[in-house]
Amino acid sequence: MIDSVNIARESPDTEQPWADLGLKQDEYESIKEILGRRPTSSELAMYSVMWSEHCSYKSSKVHLRQFGDKAPKTDALLVGIGENAGVVDIGDGWAVTFKVESHNHPSYVEPYQGAATGIGGIVRDIISMGARPLAVMDPLRFGAADAPDTRRVLPGVVAGIGGYGNCLGLPNIGGELVFDESYAGNPLVNALCVGSMKHEDIHLASAKGVDNLVVLYGARTGGDGIGGVSVLASETFDANGPAKRPSVQVGDPFMEKLLIEATLEVLHAGLVEGIQDLGGAGISCATSELASNGEGGMQVYLDRVLLRDASLSPEEILMSESQERMCAVVTPEKIDAFMQLCKKWEVEAVVIGEVTDTGRLVIDWYGDTIVDVPPRSVAHDGPVYERPFHRPSWQDALQADTPTGERLPRPSTPDALKHTLLDLISSPNLASKSWVTSQYDRYVLGNTILAQPEDAGMIRVDEESGLGVAISTDCNSRFAKLDPYAGAQLALVESYRNISVAGAKPLAVTNCLNFGSPEDPEVMWQFAQATTGLADACLELGIPVTGGNVSFYNQTGENAISPTPVVGVLGVINNVEHRTPMAWAGDGDLIYILGDTADEFAGSEWAHLQGHLGGLPPKVDLPAEKLLSEIMVAASHEGMITAAHDVSDGGVGVAVTEMALRANIGARFWIPENIDPFVFLFSESTARAIAVIPGTEELRFSEMCAARGMRATRFGVVDSGLGVNSGHPGEQVIVCDSQFTLTIDQLREVNEATLPALFGGEKCSAQVSESYWDQ
Amino acid sequence: MSARIGVVTFPGSLDDVDAARAIRIAGGTAVALWHGDTDLHGVDAVVLPGGFSYGDYLRCGAIAKFAPVMSLVIDKAQVGLPVLGICNGFQILCESRLLPGALTRNDHQHFICRDQRLRIESTDTPWTMDFALGQEIVIPLKNGEGGYVASEVVLDELFAENRVIATYQGENPNGSYRNVAGISNKAGNVVGLMPHPEHAVELLTGPTIDGVPFFTSVLKSLIGAP
Repeated sequence: MIDSVNIARESPDTEQPWADLGLKQDEYESIKEILGRRPTSSELAMYSVMWSEHCSYKSSKVHLRQFGDKAPKTDALLVGIGENAGVVDIGDGWAVTFKVESHNHPSYVEPYQGAATGIGGIVRDIISMGARPLAVMDPLRFGAADAPDTRRVLPGVVAGIGGYGNCLGLPNIGGELVFDESYAGNPLVNALCVGSMKHEDIHLASAKGVDNLVVLYGARTGGDGIGGVSVLASETFDANGPAKRPSVQVGDPFMEKLLIEATLEVLHAGLVEGIQDLGGAGISCATSELASNGEGGMQVYLDRVLLRDASLSPEEILMSESQERMCAVVTPEKIDAFMQLCKKWEVEAVVIGEVTDTGRLVIDWYGDTIVDVPPRSVAHDGPVYERPFHRPSWQDALQADTPTGERLPRPSTPDALKHTLLDLISSPNLASKSWVTSQYDRYVLGNTILAQPEDAGMIRVDEESGLGVAISTDCNSRFAKLDPYAGAQLALVESYRNISVAGAKPLAVTNCLNFGSPEDPEVMWQFAQATTGLADACLELGIPVTGGNVSFYNQTGENAISPTPVVGVLGVINNVEHRTPMAWAGDGDLIYILGDTADEFAGSEWAHLQGHLGGLPPKVDLPAEKLLSEIMVAASHEGMITAAHDVSDGGVGVAVTEMALRANIGARFWIPENIDPFVFLFSESTARAIAVIPGTEELRFSEMCAARGMRATRFGVVDSGLGVNSGHPGEQVIVCDSQFTLTIDQLREVNEATLPALFGGEKCSAQVSESYWDQ
Repeated sequence: MSARIGVVTFPGSLDDVDAARAIRIAGGTAVALWHGDTDLHGVDAVVLPGGFSYGDYLRCGAIAKFAPVMSLVIDKAQVGLPVLGICNGFQILCESRLLPGALTRNDHQHFICRDQRLRIESTDTPWTMDFALGQEIVIPLKNGEGGYVASEVVLDELFAENRVIATYQGENPNGSYRNVAGISNKAGNVVGLMPHPEHAVELLTGPTIDGVPFFTSVLKSLIGAP
């Protein structure tokens, strides 16, 4: 029998499985207080998913408020935090929207579908703002590269991202691939999407206009993903628990492609008053949020929902997380035109209800009222927790364990330095990622200007003017473990720098905050520190946080992941022809290092390879980052620079090697005076970049740096003819004066061998074979 | 007026905007054709673009061949209309029996996206006449099911009749028999190509501009046509 509101009134003492649905006792009590009776089973289902950590942000809300409270003054932000995704003005009447989200838990349970539906969900967030999706990116983190579980999860995740994204027709332009033992059993699969629209096309999720119709369209509703939100994302994994596979949603990228085209067409035709995608919590979320943001009331006839499985109960329909569904609010006059366009794209649509001004969300099931709630209480006024937090007991000891020369023996001979470089560029974190990225289509849509392994992904937004955007995501979670406040800022400045070295001006920030259990006060301290650090740095750099996502409970038993606040920065470039690539091109061009190098190895890739983690992370210098950014953008705009690369993981030695590999052209460089070769080559001091300047521009460039107070040190020259004199005739060679000589073929071989050796397959080299470059 | 080249959009077509852009860059007029169209709007040639028509949940291209627009394309192709099928378009042409053989899952089982070196093996088609015979080009390749297979008899015939229009150079990226990257029908007007020339028409976005001659070729052939 269906549990209706009438039955609930008459049977106040019925036992309800609130605990199994993830609700706490006091949460259940406050639902009863809101309703003045016990909830029906359907209402209980709705509250349980909407009040889950994943949907309600109940543990993070009090900390996330800082992003609004400390937001820098900016005219660039058209839509801020709280909507499906923030919207930023990039000029010429164009706006862009971007967001990153986690799909960590589903991807661990079922790697292919978990990762695939992560892409699907973030893309629907972007189209529900009225934007055409332009590109996607995936920051990925796994346990040790050679761990059996990494081999189980990684190939499926990569195939899922490729399988869904490629079929959807969105270029994948970058992301991250990081291996760290802290992610064993808790891989992080984050997905970012960016889209563009004209200002007048911005749409919001609200149900305005009494008597307007509520339309559910897209895929049919099935049994997949039921409880995905509340069960999967809000509890830690228990090895003895029941199998959770059925909770993972299954994606259909073809349906998503049709949904994108149909949605953009109905939006551009002016047929839509409000729109919302269906993601976590499905119909429960979409109807309560639309109603809560609009006139405040909605009447829904749940029996009208088109089903894939006729046996589903109303509770299951409300909680289903079936993919590729959208909900739109349409006036009665325009409903026929709306349905016509859905038909054109062969997308099923059905009117499931209408907007009311009753202040209640009422849901009927074959004549019985099964839900009658104030929508705000479901969507926005969920519980808010001020969770206790304290500095971990081990933090001081960790920070005291500095990797000095005494603590960790350092290479000092030329041969040892050479082998350190080879070890670094062949280590899983710094090795070529083409095994992964060659499984993604980076060309589709024809507007990809830069893609991985470049510092930032860059997309042309306007083919006439050349206006474009650049995006990067970054996070070194080892830095965040050593000091979460500084670690979040270091993630931000690396991403900010990556945008700048590509020639784009940083404009806005999104984030995906991946942490352990908020019920652990030490994890909560990491979270509080990281959000404060990020908000403070955004304020100082003058770029607002436009939105983001929190993923808690990334832990197995007592072991939480290292705090991983992934930060994405979006920048704008007026004309993509000015972009700065990382490959140098011209013989005789001069190689400069901008910024200062100090002895900073705590949390570095070199220390990681030695199995060491301790000390304080590199110093954050926000004014220096800002200056470096302004100089890189000016140099690109003024045509003073031919190539540039951010200096971060692995230091200058790795950065120079990556540039040479990308160009397939050699270079000679030297260690500047008064600095230890090991420190110069491998320290990870921040606010640094490598700039390659043609001789004709050197005076102008160095005068600009001097006038602005930026240290610019020339330490090399691009040279394709070094092979002859170094015993490698006919080969491209890099020479580090009085230290070592390596051919690019040697470097490429070790750089490209690592991932195929770990994950199989030989034929995924993204580079064209040698003979092409010889032409 | 420049020649009008139709670009068919099936549900799930992805590279249709790219094909239209390439046609414009080459100097032609791109005409959008819908899968449900029952006339070809007087186009002088047709491009079947890349993508995943109808999701490719059956064999790639197997459903697209039944689209209303395809029956017109098939009829016209048999009497000389220049047709270029790129990637999914190549698969559709094989499923439609306008071209022999089939495209199968890459031998290494992964989707692959890379800049691919090709050699032009025939300049006798309206889509390749602007190349030099034996010319080496680099254009993007991106496919999950790009391995060209045909019987030994068919392969012998294709090579003997000069109908292999391009071959993979260097490492074979997908297990195609005899490194075949593209073929034509007997008359030469119908060409299927697995790599993507439409992604190599601007230096800003492509690895080269080696894709342009496929499109200037057809424009030139149409000017010469009666």
